[in-house]
Amino acid sequence: MINEQLDGAQALIKTLDALGIEYIFGYSGGAAIPMFDALETVKTRMKFILARHEQGAVHMADGYARATGKPAAVLVTSGPGAGNTVTGLMTAMMDSVPMLVICGQQVTWMLGKDAFQEADIFGITIPVVKHNYLVRDSNALPRIVREAYHIATTGRPGPVLIDVPKNISQGPFTGDMNPELNLPGYDPSCSFRICDTAVQQTTDLIAKAKRPVILAGQGCMIARADKELLHLAETLRCPVTTTLLGKGVFPETHPLALGMIGMHGTAYANKAVVECDVLINIGSRFDDRIIGQPAKFCKGAAIIHIDIDPAEMDKMIVPDIRIVGDAKAALTAINAHIHPLETTEWLAKLDGYKKKYPLTYKKQGGLRMQQVIDEFYQLTGGKAIVATDVGQHQMWSAQFFKNDQPHHWLSSGGAGTMGFGFPAAIGAQFACPDSLVISFSGDGGFQMTQFELATAALHKLPIKIVVLNNHYLGMVRQWQELFYDDRTSGVDLIGNPDFCMLAAAYGIPSVHIKRPADVTRMLKKALAYHDGPFLIHAECVKTDNVFPMIPAGAVLEDMITEAPRKKMAKPTGST
Amino acid sequence: MSHTIVTTETPITTPPIASGPAHTLSVLVNNEPGVLMRICQVFSRRGFNIDSLIVSEGRNPNFSRMTIGVSGDPQGLNQIIMQVAKLIDVIHCFEHTSENSVTKEMVLVKIQCSPSERSMALQIAEHFSGKTVDLTPTSMIVMLNGDSPKIDAAITMFSQFNIIETVRTGKMVMARGEQPT
Repeated sequence: MINEQLDGAQALIKTLDALGIEYIFGYSGGAAIPMFDALETVKTRMKFILARHEQGAVHMADGYARATGKPAAVLVTSGPGAGNTVTGLMTAMMDSVPMLVICGQQVTWMLGKDAFQEADIFGITIPVVKHNYLVRDSNALPRIVREAYHIATTGRPGPVLIDVPKNISQGPFTGDMNPELNLPGYDPSCSFRICDTAVQQTTDLIAKAKRPVILAGQGCMIARADKELLHLAETLRCPVTTTLLGKGVFPETHPLALGMIGMHGTAYANKAVVECDVLINIGSRFDDRIIGQPAKFCKGAAIIHIDIDPAEMDKMIVPDIRIVGDAKAALTAINAHIHPLETTEWLAKLDGYKKKYPLTYKKQGGLRMQQVIDEFYQLTGGKAIVATDVGQHQMWSAQFFKNDQPHHWLSSGGAGTMGFGFPAAIGAQFACPDSLVISFSGDGGFQMTQFELATAALHKLPIKIVVLNNHYLGMVRQWQELFYDDRTSGVDLIGNPDFCMLAAAYGIPSVHIKRPADVTRMLKKALAYHDGPFLIHAECVKTDNVFPMIPAGAVLEDMITEAPRKKMAKPTGST
Repeated sequence: MSHTIVTTETPITTPPIASGPAHTLSVLVNNEPGVLMRICQVFSRRGFNIDSLIVSEGRNPNFSRMTIGVSGDPQGLNQIIMQVAKLIDVIHCFEHTSENSVTKEMVLVKIQCSPSERSMALQIAEHFSGKTVDLTPTSMIVMLNGDSPKIDAAITMFSQFNIIETVRTGKMVMARGEQPT
């Protein structure tokens, strides 16, 4: 089958191409030259996108994967190049995002000898990948790349890293391009075999529920179980709350939708979970941002936990019924045995909470981030892929930009990686060239990866780049105000650039919004521009706080919906 | 990673760092570089200290067998077992109890021993079915194997001499009957 003499790098690139990889995001370097050369010498449909920093490249691949459910590849060099991928790998790992990261490496006989740009990236990344490889045989490359793809995309997805020494990529390839996978310890097919007994117990329990709540998470999104979820909720007439990452897996404008749960979730979602008698968790790992105090979470309710990863069972919460498996397979099995519930009273009660505790913001006294986000939502009808960074603006985006479609919300949940949003939006725009992509960042996070303005401008990606600038690291400042006697420390972003001039330096047009009255007009201007990226610099009030809020480690019952008058005790929970 | 034997250097009277009952895990893994590192990271991240560890190539050289002795709360350990089991390179990870498995370990004890003390040392060794594997005019190495309490008792008896050092393999375990380990 081999007509010409390939080298390892060419075999690698051909394999990626055969697997259907569409984009490679990356940054070149000495140890990766053979692989970059193969991108030129091998005929491939794959497009290479040169980022401006390896972290940007990994977040782009992440955004691509969150928007499509398919993995992209990342190609970087050894040492610092590989090291710069660690934050992005951790981000993808925490949120179960598939991705292939391929690193150049020193030649094998120099490994462990502190050679130039040598780093033990295999050892460094073990805790932040689903699996990784250090390749020691050119002929093994097709098998390893195929295994990596299989591992990244099946079961609970995650990033896989392949470290390729230069003599391996440069060495002759005489192996099989379609070898058998050799993964005796990995069988994701078992996640489609759902335990009948557990399904029976689940439907029996649901049938008795008077105040049921569904909690839908990233597992539901990954399994593409949105239709099954809708069927379950509508048949049962059961309200649905989602995690931050589950946003969009259930339409947030649906009458049964409660919005996001958790630390800054809606009051009615948190109250529903406090008062429910049956909680059906589909693909959420009961993150500490959701449950507050594990021992006191959902005390009065029976809990059903559906997760593809058996290691998530009992980790935070010990449920009454465990279903280990794919969310779509599990819901299909459950949906075959469900009947409508009498939940009128329960839904009326929750509607009362919705009226009593609506999400609001003030339009007086200066421009607020919430208004910019809300008006973007109104003007677009919610029809946009939204990428966020991390912090206050992320929570307000989650609250005010409602998602009715899955894979339209890209946010770093588990890792909380600042600098994620803008490059993730770039990856999503490459994946979905015809979709409107909006990137919401704070002034802090945006400056962590703002160099990717070059990438966005070069490829004329029509992203709406929103910088919500309050001249502060607002979420930390909020904690310092509420819990540390308003002693601000290490949060004042004095010295911010003029973001419009910064955009102009890359040839990107922009608007500068300072007054609430200008928002609609400026956003319309931004939305009317289609020839490339457009930056919206919104200069917002400096000291606004996100509510509702459940202090870390507190119980859901301790939620506060407005600024407290008294000083609060320091949170005892996680960060 | 064949034939790695690690055992803690702490004296037997000191309890392990993670308090709680002792557990023995048997892990069948791909015989690949780095597998031990992947497994150890799961334990250290959850604050569990590995008390003993034996790794050797399996009958099928594609696989290695690890026996890991660890102490800690059973709930946390269950989590660790599942987190280890989900590693791609792990074929399976089982916990074994004394009821369903055979547990043995081996120790080498090096004592300072003059010709006049030698016969007493040999008597102790014989009592525990030990064997002298090295003998000099001033020292002796005795090899013993068996259950952990027997090893502990033998070391206590040898304590009347000056014990220069001991090397213990830690527990190795095998499921009883036809059950796989």
